[in-house]
Amino acid sequence: MPENISKNKNTSKNDPVDVLIIGAGASGAAVAWSLADTKMHILCLEQGGWMNPSEYPSTGRDWEARFYGDYSPSPNIRARAEDYPINDDNSPIKVVNFNGVGGSTIMYTAHWPRLHPSDFRVKTLDGVADDWPIDYATLEPFFAENDRMMGVSGLAGDPAFPPTQPPMPPLPLGKSGTMFGRAMNKLGWHWWPSDTTVATTDYEGRARCINLGHCTPGCAQGAKASTDITYWPHALRAGVELRTHCRVREIMTNEHGMASGVVYFDQDGVEQFQPAEVVIIACNGIGTPRLLLNSASSRFPNGLANSSGLVGKNLMFHPYAQVYGFVEEETDSNRAPPTCLWSKEFYDTDLSRGFVRGYAIQFGRGAGPVFEAVMSEAKGILPWGADHHRVFRKLNGHRLALSAICEDLPEEHNRVTLDPVLKDSHGIPAPRVDYTISENSKKMMEHGIARGKEILAAAGASDICLNSPIPYGGWHLLGTARMGTDPARSVVNEWGRSHDVKNLFIVDGSVFVTAGGVNPTSTIQAIALYVADQMKQRLANLFD
Amino acid sequence: MNDRSATANSCLTRAERDDLRAIAAMMIPESAEYKVPGADDSAIQADILATLGRDTARVRQALDHLARLAGRPLAALDAPRRETVAREFRATGGVAAATLVRVVLQCYYRDDRVLRSLKLELRPPFPKGYTLEQGDWSLLDPVKARPSMWRRPP
Repeated sequence: MPENISKNKNTSKNDPVDVLIIGAGASGAAVAWSLADTKMHILCLEQGGWMNPSEYPSTGRDWEARFYGDYSPSPNIRARAEDYPINDDNSPIKVVNFNGVGGSTIMYTAHWPRLHPSDFRVKTLDGVADDWPIDYATLEPFFAENDRMMGVSGLAGDPAFPPTQPPMPPLPLGKSGTMFGRAMNKLGWHWWPSDTTVATTDYEGRARCINLGHCTPGCAQGAKASTDITYWPHALRAGVELRTHCRVREIMTNEHGMASGVVYFDQDGVEQFQPAEVVIIACNGIGTPRLLLNSASSRFPNGLANSSGLVGKNLMFHPYAQVYGFVEEETDSNRAPPTCLWSKEFYDTDLSRGFVRGYAIQFGRGAGPVFEAVMSEAKGILPWGADHHRVFRKLNGHRLALSAICEDLPEEHNRVTLDPVLKDSHGIPAPRVDYTISENSKKMMEHGIARGKEILAAAGASDICLNSPIPYGGWHLLGTARMGTDPARSVVNEWGRSHDVKNLFIVDGSVFVTAGGVNPTSTIQAIALYVADQMKQRLANLFD
Repeated sequence: MNDRSATANSCLTRAERDDLRAIAAMMIPESAEYKVPGADDSAIQADILATLGRDTARVRQALDHLARLAGRPLAALDAPRRETVAREFRATGGVAAATLVRVVLQCYYRDDRVLRSLKLELRPPFPKGYTLEQGDWSLLDPVKARPSMWRRPP
């Protein structure tokens, strides 16, 4: 019997499973689907439930207002029963995520770049941070497999990236993309239509995009890929069991130092013990270190899998430096997916810019009337009083926005710990985030803002405004259980297995060694598929 | 959004509702030119009160701040004093004032009369969606002509 379990007589015990996955989001779904062909008994525990697309905000007239309430990207504001609170008071960038089957793929922009080959060799190329123990070529087949499973729209031939073959054509450029493309050409800078997981054709049972526009808080059409409608139906048909509204409190270990299972609270709040031969964590860069730190025991007093002391450290967010302005012509506004174009003109290191590494630029299409009014009033460009109406008509439907997605380098003082006071609805200690933006990142953001202003000027925009960083922009939660070959400098090995606990795996964004300068979900899922593949190849000696 | 009833009137006192109406009118007055009501319009106020929900505490906090600044009902102040109080309210009211402003704006900019004036359709995005034009793909030609530019690691 694992320690602690026997202390609570009320804990129910379940039949053991071969593989227990914690979290049904981007990576949990991918790893579950991939492992399903082993025919092992696979169980996934998810703290949230299944989403009902007919209740997504875009189905109602209050679609914009709900972004400030029950569909806020911030779990602290949203405060659904499935969410856990996060103390991010000591961070200029607030954590945003989503909890439920599909995880944060329910609530994301579906922007779909991959990490670049150079991102895996940062130390070698630029002398900073660390190289990854794997490279782009290793992940390439898993990127491609993931693109097929999620359904990616895009245009092959981007000169700023190795060849890819998106299975669907790209989203239209639209009015906004055309304006940006023209501006970028004037400047002679790289741009390309973004890869996205928004389906532009009917695809694998998903209906094509009809431009609801309000994609981020769930797609009522089902055109945007989220793992509840991509991986999970396949995984369930293949025999994977998914138990919803089950929140894991801690991972237990036995006298051999192996994971023996987890203690979780079921839908009725009853404490359960679920034994397992293998445990896979897929809770991303905040949830994963929180769980490992909450799993401290006499065998692992500093938290599970934490002999390196690096669990929770090296948190990387991608600070977003957003610049926007207003043009005389109409933009696509809220009548199209927010994903539009990307630019990699400033992606790679050029030390003459005053910083190391770089950033991608992500171009948007506009905003709806409520967002426009709220944001412009807050910025002081939309007045109160008689002139309100004239100015609003000048702004609404005329916004052009872009963001520099800056590569955050790993720093140990940027970290996730357990809050000594804050707890979730089950009494489980909540995570606390301490994070500062580095001088290198600040210089990168300033550079991005300056280039952004040049782009907007070339597009003829005026009334330029900044959000730098975007305060509620902590979408990308990376680095807090990093991958590496040295157990003293990493939490998991080069195929995702804990150095300390040989039947414990991590497959989410926390294993990132460096962050790159692009949205990470594509890479997170490629890693999950790669780890699953490694496990399948090593089944006979998985714990050696 | 004109079909909502003011079922949540009781969440604010009469004095709070009066101040909310007065500050909303200062934010967005009625306009004959654009043929739109002010944010103090009874239907918009009813929508605000009916949908305050999780914002109620912050809006009450904001109205309390406003009442302290005004010292009496906002509508009872003369125009210059009202303007001064409103400016001070927005400058010093923090998150609570921002919340009040946001709930006024989010209800105003979903009102049928306002959306008509803006030439926007009176419907949610789903299920009809919108049309996104292809745009000018020839703009991409010079980018396609560029040599490969991604950085090769050793």
